[in-house]
Amino acid sequence: MSLDQPNLDTSPKVSDEVRKTTCYMCACRCGINVHMKGGKVAYIEGNRDHPVNQGVLCAKGSAGIMQHNAPSRLRAPMKRVGERGSGEFEEISWDEALKMAVDLLKPIRENNPEKLAFFTGRDQSQSFTGFWAQAYGTPNFAAHGGFCSVNMAAGGIYTMGGAFWEFGQPDWDRTKMVMIFGVAEDHDSNPIKMGIGRAKKKGAKIIGVNPIRTGYNAVADEWVGITPGTDGLYILSMIHCLMKAGKIDLDYLARFTNASCLVNEDPNSDQRGLLLKDSDGQPVVIDRNTGKLAPWNGQGVEPDLSATYRDKGITHRPVFHLMADKYLSDEYAPENVAERVGISAENIRKMAADLARVAFDEEISLDRTWTDFRGKTHTKMVGRPVSFHAMRGISAHSNGFQTCRALHTLQIILGTVETPGGMRFKPPYPKPATAHPKPHGKVTPGAPLDGPHLGYAQGPDDLLIEDDGTPKRIDKAYSWENPMSAHGLMHMVISNAHAGTPYKIDTLFMYMANMSWNSSMNTSGVMKMLTDKNEDGSYVIPNIIYSDAYSSEMVAYADLILPDTTYLERHDCISLLDRPICEADGVADAIRWPVVEPDRDVRGFQTVLCQLGAMLDMPGFVNDDGSAKYTDYADYITNHIRRPGVGPLAGFRGNGDDHGRGDVNPNQLDRYIENGGFWIEHVPDDCAYYKPFNTAYQEWAVKMGFYDVVQPYIFQLYVEPLRKFQLAAEGVGDRQPPEHLRERLKRTMDPLPIWYAPFEDGHVDPEEFPVHALTQRPMAMYHSWGTQNAWLRQIHGHNPLYVPTKIWEENGFEEGDWAKVTSAHGEIVVPVAHQASLNANTVWTWNAIGKRKGAWALDEGAPEATKGFLLNHLIHELLPPKGDGMRWANSDPITGQAAWFDLRVKISKSDVPNEAQPAIPPIKSPVGKGPGKLTWKVGS
Amino acid sequence: MHPAPSVIIFTTFSGLGFGLLFWLGLGAIKPMGWGAFLWFFIAYAMAVGGLIASTFHLGHPERAIKAFSQWQTSWLSREGIAAVFTLVVMGIYALGALFGVHMGFTGFIGAIGCLATVFTTSMIYAQLKTVPRWRHWSTPAMFLLLSIGGGALFAGQVTVAIVLLLIAAVMQYFAWMSGDGRLSHSGTNLKTATGLGTIGEVRAFEPPHTGTNYLLKEFVHVVGRKHSAKLRQITLGLAFLAPILLLLLPFNHFFALLAVLCHVAGVLTLRWLFFAEAEHVVGLYYGKR
Amino acid sequence: MTQLPSSTQKKLGLVIDLDTCVGCHACVISCKGWNTENYGAPLSDQDPYGANPTGTFLNRVHSYEVQPPNLKDGSKAAAQLIHFPKSCLHCEDAPCVTVCPTGASYKRQEDGIVLVNESDCIGCGLCAWACPYGARELDADEGVMKKCTLCVDRIYNENLPEEDRQPACVRTCPAEARHFGDFADPESNVSILTAERGGMDLMPEQGTKPVNKYLPPRPKDEAPEFDVLAPYLEPIAQDAKGFVGWLDKTLSAMPRGAK
Ligand SMILES: Nc1nc2c(c(=O)[nH]1)N[C@H]1C(S)=C(S)[C@@H](COP(=O)(O)OP(=O)(O)OC[C@H]3O[C@@H](n4cnc5c(=O)[nH]c(N)nc54)[C@H](O)[C@@H]3O)O[C@H]1N2
Ligand SMILES: Nc1nc2c(c(=O)[nH]1)N[C@H]1C(S)=C(S)[C@@H](COP(=O)(O)OP(=O)(O)OC[C@H]3O[C@@H](n4cnc5c(=O)[nH]c(N)nc54)[C@H](O)[C@@H]3O)O[C@H]1N2
Ligand code: SF4
Ligand code: SF4
Ligand code: SF4
Ligand code: SF4
Ligand code: SF4
Ligand SMILES: [Mo]
Repeated sequence: MSLDQPNLDTSPKVSDEVRKTTCYMCACRCGINVHMKGGKVAYIEGNRDHPVNQGVLCAKGSAGIMQHNAPSRLRAPMKRVGERGSGEFEEISWDEALKMAVDLLKPIRENNPEKLAFFTGRDQSQSFTGFWAQAYGTPNFAAHGGFCSVNMAAGGIYTMGGAFWEFGQPDWDRTKMVMIFGVAEDHDSNPIKMGIGRAKKKGAKIIGVNPIRTGYNAVADEWVGITPGTDGLYILSMIHCLMKAGKIDLDYLARFTNASCLVNEDPNSDQRGLLLKDSDGQPVVIDRNTGKLAPWNGQGVEPDLSATYRDKGITHRPVFHLMADKYLSDEYAPENVAERVGISAENIRKMAADLARVAFDEEISLDRTWTDFRGKTHTKMVGRPVSFHAMRGISAHSNGFQTCRALHTLQIILGTVETPGGMRFKPPYPKPATAHPKPHGKVTPGAPLDGPHLGYAQGPDDLLIEDDGTPKRIDKAYSWENPMSAHGLMHMVISNAHAGTPYKIDTLFMYMANMSWNSSMNTSGVMKMLTDKNEDGSYVIPNIIYSDAYSSEMVAYADLILPDTTYLERHDCISLLDRPICEADGVADAIRWPVVEPDRDVRGFQTVLCQLGAMLDMPGFVNDDGSAKYTDYADYITNHIRRPGVGPLAGFRGNGDDHGRGDVNPNQLDRYIENGGFWIEHVPDDCAYYKPFNTAYQEWAVKMGFYDVVQPYIFQLYVEPLRKFQLAAEGVGDRQPPEHLRERLKRTMDPLPIWYAPFEDGHVDPEEFPVHALTQRPMAMYHSWGTQNAWLRQIHGHNPLYVPTKIWEENGFEEGDWAKVTSAHGEIVVPVAHQASLNANTVWTWNAIGKRKGAWALDEGAPEATKGFLLNHLIHELLPPKGDGMRWANSDPITGQAAWFDLRVKISKSDVPNEAQPAIPPIKSPVGKGPGKLTWKVGS
Repeated sequence: MHPAPSVIIFTTFSGLGFGLLFWLGLGAIKPMGWGAFLWFFIAYAMAVGGLIASTFHLGHPERAIKAFSQWQTSWLSREGIAAVFTLVVMGIYALGALFGVHMGFTGFIGAIGCLATVFTTSMIYAQLKTVPRWRHWSTPAMFLLLSIGGGALFAGQVTVAIVLLLIAAVMQYFAWMSGDGRLSHSGTNLKTATGLGTIGEVRAFEPPHTGTNYLLKEFVHVVGRKHSAKLRQITLGLAFLAPILLLLLPFNHFFALLAVLCHVAGVLTLRWLFFAEAEHVVGLYYGKR
Repeated sequence: MTQLPSSTQKKLGLVIDLDTCVGCHACVISCKGWNTENYGAPLSDQDPYGANPTGTFLNRVHSYEVQPPNLKDGSKAAAQLIHFPKSCLHCEDAPCVTVCPTGASYKRQEDGIVLVNESDCIGCGLCAWACPYGARELDADEGVMKKCTLCVDRIYNENLPEEDRQPACVRTCPAEARHFGDFADPESNVSILTAERGGMDLMPEQGTKPVNKYLPPRPKDEAPEFDVLAPYLEPIAQDAKGFVGWLDKTLSAMPRGAK
């Protein structure tokens, strides 16, 4: 019989038009091609030309179409008509909504601007929202960084002027060994996957340090199943081995770090432990050419790592001697840390040796001439091809800041930062802490704040506290409790506002943060705080305004809802002024633009802020004649000027040919659209490495407008600001910490990286709660907001608790079993599943799969609500009482970073309940429920 | 495999229907006139009813006609052709009987057609390498034995029925016992399914979707061991032992009816087990049997 | 036409690299997106916002845990986790094709792609029964059999830029764990990868002769022996004092302005 195949059209029409914009399902911000058919979104794929994703797209990005059509989309502004938390709303007009908001915000601004707390969650427009908050005049603004990964950002900025993730990345194409600490997915998720793929293809070795072996750690060639919270110790032990063996890059350390800077070792000086400085205030080193003191950045100076300086009978030694004192101590010998970190001494040594082998035996060098800031010209760019990456696994612990610093110290002593094959910064980083603003918090009623809210404190003088020591900010950022809280502490806002400490507020204004659910600790407690009433029947937190695009759990807790558009329906700006999308080889920024018009009565939140700013007469939002300065966000993006020549977008400025700096270009957005939604300028070859020290790079950075003057710097292995806080705790200076914090400040704010046990270990009984409990990001789901997506929720509709073999067997668990999981704070009853490739004392689950009944336009029987669960019920924002009369925050003592992963639990088998416990009663859906079937096809 | 009612009804009743037609065709009984109408009506009701039931699980029954085209490779296609051919031939034979004409040769051809139809049905299952339990000569053997055994019972062929049902009982027992180990002996397991066996022991960790899907609904059905043992006893009792005992009793219409009912109930259970216990290798990917 | 072609001009298929697949499900969703909008009926979803959401997918990513045997010293080796994407393998001896009663299922002569002609399919499900890999799913809404088309409407599509004429899942895979090509050409990327990395068949004993190949994970947790590495950690000093002595010595031996 002949094979009569049907005639197939193998060239069907793909779409009418492709519109290129930027994805919004996570902070990676990939470029997307949106294929349109008949004016509707038909298919979304990655944009090949885009610097971030180069054509690839993750599951969330490809499922954007289901996000865009989600039945959970809010439809119009709403005002609450039932009790808070019930979900009873009435739709209102925008006029009414804006009037309600202005009626609340105007008197506050005129009288006590601090009574407005404006916090934005997964905000990708922080330079704009911060600008708005500054103009409004409240000190109470931050985004979600405090509960997310401020330890990573601050630890990196203070140490080396940048961190991993959006600040830097491994040199994927040249590296021969990549060690990844505590990463399940990260913000830079597509580039990391692309990097892993490329590195593997080239035969590079990948090492995953993580209690859990999934995802990146599953493809790692070697897995280090570390005990949670002990990475700092593991890293310092490797530093111990490397120093002991002299396997360190002395030349790099001497030239490019403050290891050669001299420390004041006069025990009687109130400068003790600070760096010796010359009369210009510059730290000094000893020049090997002369054997004399010289400023660190003096032309031709060859800093000596070893020589000491004797003055008035006192020997002052370089930082490097202090490091030797500290890290060569037996305390860090592999034998002495092995049990604690859960890795054998032999394996710690092997790893350190392997790092040394690759770094020093497999040295690479590029024939590229470059000149350093001391005027010395180097003919080669030498690289030690080991690189590191890390994220929340090390940062979301109460010892995370110092652990992140320890990791940077490891990569710096190996000479791998900003060198070929190592870790590279992405423009506009590197940028040292001193080049960032300091925090500002001075309030003047009816006027803007005295400067940007968030910044890098350099010492006690920069704290935002009143004369009596009370914090100026509602979240107590930059107070003695967490002096270097560079991103604020969003996770403390609701509980502080509820408790009225440091003061009561009037209105809580939030944007894009599911604070009554997955982004807060102690979820049930927070729901109660949001609905708690005073004796007179008024709410303890009087007013809540919230902007969301979807019917999230948080919507039910607001009095006024400002519905946002979806990401395909609005203008957005991914700006170099806040969280850019650059790659190591290019500086880039991007936009979103309405590729479809909203079919609902919704407005882009930033546009609403422009309108509110004008209605409130805020400087920067009104013209001299009092009229609105910006009609909408697009207008702001195009016309706002932050510094001379610098606006939200760096590309196509002036007549369209200026990049970096230039005048306003009224056609700028069109140029972006023509260019595929983004702009990129490549980093010149001679600027590609050694950026902090490289004169060519520094000049290029000024030209591009990253900063206004050339400002080379060296890495701060020794972070002097930390020492300043320590000194204060020792009694030096006028600004003194409260007594109860002195010891902790002395212990934790060590200017050299240290390790201390996670705080929870000291507050709960580790014998009673022997198990660590963690969460991980599922690659195919974004926090709570992926669940409304009909495609993604089929992949992750509920989440078991994964249990290691030892605990599985001890409890006699079988498939289908449930367990009771108890922490010092709470209890949950949840389904369990077995995993062998897991640290023996660790359990974990996927983050934010559990949902509240009634939210997200889902059926109340949705598996997310009946079997899915949040670990957050077990985590408190405060540590359990310890008998000292204090409730210590469950945060890093330096930055205030929420210590999600310090959690300890115990676990036992439970009867199978009807549904996961605690079962929270449903909220009424303000948008109804989704349809019973989908056959989505917009073309014919 | 998911024991879908439509397929259980189809295999049970079309088997019995073609079995009865087989005996009618062979002329084991030669009803004429209204009697013929009754007998053929019962046989056709079962055979055609079963076939119609089988279309209930089709996504597009209205296109069923297309299913006759692929007789060169497809047992399902062959079954369709065999069934239609047999029903037509037997229809002519029945028409004759209705009018009192006994067309022996036509009947004989029809009877062969009945066997062929049942055989092709059985081969739909027996051909599947993906279901090791079915891929065995005992599958067509059982289908044929049940068909002609049940047919004999319906046709009142007491002795033959007793003998065939006895053989069928033994055969079924053998099919179960040998079938139980067939997946594990088939050489297909999670190691070969994933190719990861060279590294070590393989275990399914996370399914691709937390929800269910067509494959799980269609192919993964786990019958508890105890449950299965009990159902097997019930099957043996109802399908074979009870009818044989009832047939051995002095003839009585009520007993005969009871024997038939028992047998039908037994075969329905047997077929439920036939599907429910059949392990499709795709289950391995999901960590199920 | 459920007869299989005795040979095909090309053997198009995928190579899936189990060593680099991070299990991100990107390929699952890009496949869902492309095939919902393109070839045949949309891939439907039932109860998409309800208690029991299900839907048709042509590509799904499993994950397996593998426990290697004990190490030489008798201790337990670390278990490994492997992400495992699975779609139609476009078998040479495709049993799904030969069982089909209507001829809806067929293997293309020119390139070996196994397809379902939806307008001929009666939705009997038999082809899915015959497929050992679970590569076919009957769409609950349309009542026809759906399967991976190898993006036949992309790979030759003249409305797409040349570089995009590859399957949606391959184009999107961030880890580059999926490769598309012609296995009949020994010089093709997929043939070379298969040869170099020991590409394997799934369930070879089923006799389906899959075209798609899987690259096994590279050996894991195999750090060099300690003897090899020990010299790198030969101590130059036991304590800070000795260290500073070493430092002085080394620095003075170093030419000034080295590098
Ligand atoms: N147990 C545990 N809890 C954690 C973590 C953990 O690791 N473990 N991680 C923490 C971390 S790092 C983070 S960042 C938080 C994240 O937690 P959240 O910031 O709360 O993240 P989402 O749940 O995505 O909530 C964001 C809200 O933004 C809304 N939204 C989405 N798109 C838009 C839009 O276009 N406009 C507007 N206006 N709103 C929109 C969503 O509907 C949702 O209500 O969770 C924290 N919680
Ligand atoms: N798909 C997807 N992508 C996302 C998000 C999302 O929700 N979905 N969220 C975005 C956000 S807001 C953030 S903050 C990033 C976070 O991205 P990641 O940093 O990848 O954060 P987590 O998923 O919380 O993963 C933390 C990892 O650290 C490990 N870990 C926990 N404790 C320790 C420890 O003590 N030591 C070590 N070595 N490892 C440890 C955990 O096992 C886990 O693998 O992801 C962003 N990207
Ligand atoms: S990683 Fe995924 S969700 Fe995030 S921006 Fe890129 S495509 Fe979108
Ligand atoms: S897209 Fe690539 S890495 Fe992700 S699951 Fe699919 S094959 Fe694996
Ligand atoms: S994988 Fe399954 S559906 Fe695909 S050709 Fe092979 S047998 Fe047929
Ligand atoms: S379901 Fe369709 S393609 Fe599959 S065997 Fe039946 S008719 Fe053929
Ligand atoms: S080749 Fe096309 S149809 Fe097949 S799995 Fe990939 S995306 Fe899906
Ligand atoms: Mo985060």
